[in-house]
Amino acid sequence: MQFSFTSEQEEFRSVLRRFLEDKSPTTTVRRLMETEAGWDRAAWQELNQQLGLTAIHIPEAYGGQGFSFVELGIVLEEMGRALLCAPYFSSTVLAATAIVNAGTEAQKRELLPVIADGSCIAALAFTEPNGRWDASGVEMTATRDGGLFRLDGVKSFVVDGHTADLIVVLARGVAGLSFFTVRGDALGLTRRALKVVDPTRKLAMLNFRSVEATLLGEEGGAAAPFAKTMTRAAACLANEMVGGAERLRQSALDYANLRVQFGRTIASFQSMKHKQADMLIDVELAKSAAYAAASAAAEDDPDLPAIASLAKAAASEAYMQTAISTIQIHGGIGFTWDNDTHLWFKRAKASEVFLGDPAWHREAMMRAWNV
Amino acid sequence: MTEMTEASVRAEVRAWLEANWNVDYGLVEWRNILIDSGWGVPTWPTDWYGKGLPAGLAAVVDEEFARIGAVGVAKAGIRRLAAATLLAHGTPAQKQQFLRRSLSGENTWCQLFSEPGSGSDLAGATTKAERKGNRWVINGQKVWTTSAHHADWGLLLARTNVDVPKHQGLSYFIIDMHQPGVDVHPLRQMNGHASFNQVFLTDAEVLPEHLVLDVGRGWAVATTTLMHERREADGVRVWGQASVGVGRIYDEERAENATVMEPYKWYPQRAGRVDLVIERAKAAGVNGDPVVRQEIAKLLTLSKSAEWTARRARAAQMQGRPQGPEGSLGKLASSHVARAAARVHTLISGADAMLSGADGPMNGLIAEILVSVPAGSIAGGTDEIQRNIISERVLEMPKEPRTDNDRPFRDVPKNLVM
Repeated sequence: MQFSFTSEQEEFRSVLRRFLEDKSPTTTVRRLMETEAGWDRAAWQELNQQLGLTAIHIPEAYGGQGFSFVELGIVLEEMGRALLCAPYFSSTVLAATAIVNAGTEAQKRELLPVIADGSCIAALAFTEPNGRWDASGVEMTATRDGGLFRLDGVKSFVVDGHTADLIVVLARGVAGLSFFTVRGDALGLTRRALKVVDPTRKLAMLNFRSVEATLLGEEGGAAAPFAKTMTRAAACLANEMVGGAERLRQSALDYANLRVQFGRTIASFQSMKHKQADMLIDVELAKSAAYAAASAAAEDDPDLPAIASLAKAAASEAYMQTAISTIQIHGGIGFTWDNDTHLWFKRAKASEVFLGDPAWHREAMMRAWNV
Repeated sequence: MTEMTEASVRAEVRAWLEANWNVDYGLVEWRNILIDSGWGVPTWPTDWYGKGLPAGLAAVVDEEFARIGAVGVAKAGIRRLAAATLLAHGTPAQKQQFLRRSLSGENTWCQLFSEPGSGSDLAGATTKAERKGNRWVINGQKVWTTSAHHADWGLLLARTNVDVPKHQGLSYFIIDMHQPGVDVHPLRQMNGHASFNQVFLTDAEVLPEHLVLDVGRGWAVATTTLMHERREADGVRVWGQASVGVGRIYDEERAENATVMEPYKWYPQRAGRVDLVIERAKAAGVNGDPVVRQEIAKLLTLSKSAEWTARRARAAQMQGRPQGPEGSLGKLASSHVARAAARVHTLISGADAMLSGADGPMNGLIAEILVSVPAGSIAGGTDEIQRNIISERVLEMPKEPRTDNDRPFRDVPKNLVM
C-alpha cells in the first residue's frame, strides 16, 4: 500500500487545485445549483479540454489516460474541496467504471472514448425507490425482444440521470442480473429531477416502460462487475468527501482566527483550540482511510472491499462531524444562506447516505473480514 | 568519500555483519564491537560511535540487523533517551563517561522530571539543587519514575534559582542513584501494578562535572529528552521484544529485557488490545449481534485509520519531507483507540466484565485492559496537552495566555495540596 504521494502526484494536485479554485468559485457553485441540470455543458467541455479529467482512469486502449485510482482519488478530493458542479462522479466514476468492469471489448471501444473525452455524459442507474445500495434492491425487469431487451420498472437516486446522454442500467432477467445501456432520450423513458437536500449533486427518478436496451457484457453476468464497481465507487466517494471536509475544517479555522468576541479572537479560547484539534484528527484519520482505499483500488488489493467500506464509513462520519462543527464555530452566520458553509454541509449529509450509510458499510466491512 | 545510497549501505552493513556477527559473543562484548564499528547507532556522528547516516538509510541498517536477527545496542527504556540527550548536550567528558556504557547496556537510567506538584507543567518543578562547596545538593520529590529501583543514573531536572522566571531557573543534572540521599519507593497504580516509583531526594549529591549544559539551561536539555521520548514512545515496546534466537547472546539479551521491560508489561493492555477483539467476540458467541458488530467495526475503523495515519507520517519522514499534521496526531489518536477498545471489550464480555484475575475473561487480561486504559491518555502528555500542542504548533492558533512566565518563580502560585 502506498502511504505517500509522489512529487508528480503532488504537483498534479496543486495544478488541479488552482484550476478548480478558478473555475469553481462558490459564485459558480451557487449559480449552477439553482439550475435543474446542475451543470453547464460549455463549462464542462472547457474543463475537459484543459485537463482531460474525464479520461483519467480509463485505460489508454479506450481513449483514456490510463492513470490509477490514486490519481482519480486526487481528482475527486480536489473536486470535493471545490464542490465542483459537474457530472463527474456519475459519468467518469460510476458509469465508466461499470463499463470497464462489465463491457465486452467491442463495447468498451465504442462507449469509453466518448466518455473519456467528455462528449458523452453517462449515468449509472442501479438504485430503485427502495433505496437499497446492493443488487438485492434491483426489481427492474429485462425481457428479451429479438436481439434486444426491453426494460420495465423505476430507477431512483440516479446521479445526473435526468441529463445523461447514456444510461447504464442494472436489471433482472431470466438469466439473472445484467447491465444494459439505454440512450437518455429513449422512447418510453421518462426522467424527473428529484428535489434534493444537496443541490450541488442532482438526483433523478427514471421511469422505464418497455424501453429498448442493449445488453452490456454478459447476460446474467452483472453481479461481480457491479460489486467491483461499487467498491471502487465507495473508495472514490471517500476521497471526494475528505476533500470537502478539509475545506470546511480550514474555513472554520480561518473564521475562528478572524472573529473577535470578549475582546479577543475566538481562536484564543481553549475550548475552540481543542475543538479545532479534534477536527484535525477527524479529518486526517479519514484522509488516511480514503488514501488507503484509493491505493488498494489501484493495486487491486483483495482486501479492497473491506478497506473501501471502512473508508466510506470513516469519511462519512468525519465529513458530517466537520460540517456540524464548522457551522457551530461560525455561530449564527453559519446558519445563514449567504454563508457558504451550508453548501458543504448539504453535500456532507447527502454523501453520508449515498452509496450506503456508515452503518451499512461497517456491516459490509465486517462481512468482508469474515466476522 | 563515495556517496552513500540505499544499495551501498545495505551491501556494506551486510558484509560487516557476515564478517562479525556471532551468537556466541557475550552481550556487552558484542555491543562494544558494534559500538566501535559505527553500525550500532548509524545516525550518530562518526566522532561518537556513529556513521552520520540520514534516518532513511539508517532504516536499511535496521532491516539488515532484523533480517539475520543480529542484536543491536541497548535501546529499550530510558537509557536511549539518556544517550540521545547527552549526545546533544553533554560535555566531551560526560560523553566519554556515559555514552558507550549506555549503548552497551552496562548503565541503566531513569528520568527524574515529574513531581507531585508539576505534571503537565513540568517546568514548574520545585526540587531544589543548591551549590554547597564542591557539590550540588539536591532536595525534593520526584514521581512516575520508571526503573528508578534498578537505575544506576538519573536524568534530573531541578531548580537552581527561584528569582528568575520558571524556565530560566532550571538546571539539568546526572545523578548517581546509588547513594544514601536517594530513596526509592514503588508507586502502586489503580491496575495493581507498581511500574513506577516515587523518588525522595534528601541532601543527595551531584558532582559539579555532572551538570549538563549550563546552570539555568536545564529546560532546553529536558526538551531534547522529551522530544526523543515522544518520538520513541512506540519504539520502547518494539525494542523490548527480545529475539527468540538460540545462543549465548540471546540468553543474555532476554535476561536484560526481562528486567528493563518489566514495567512495560501491561502497556499493550493500556493501548486497548484491539488485536483480541474479533477472536473474543467469536469465543463469546456475540459476533452475530448487530450492535456488537457495529461497535467492533467502529473500533477497527478508528484503529486502522490511526495506523495508516502513522504510516503516512513515517513515509513523509523517510522521504525527508516536512512533516504534515499527520505526524502530531498519534498520541491523541491512540487514546481514542484505547478508550474505544475498552468499551468494546466491555460490550463483548457482558457481566464477565465485572470479574478479574482467575475469574475474569482471559484469566484477568480483559479486566487489566479495562483498568489500564485510563493511563494512556495521561502518560507522556495528557490528551488536553496534546490538543494544545496540535492547535498551537500545527494549526498556529494563539498560545494560552501565561501568567507564570513573566515573574520570578518564587511569586508564581503553586499547589497547596498535591
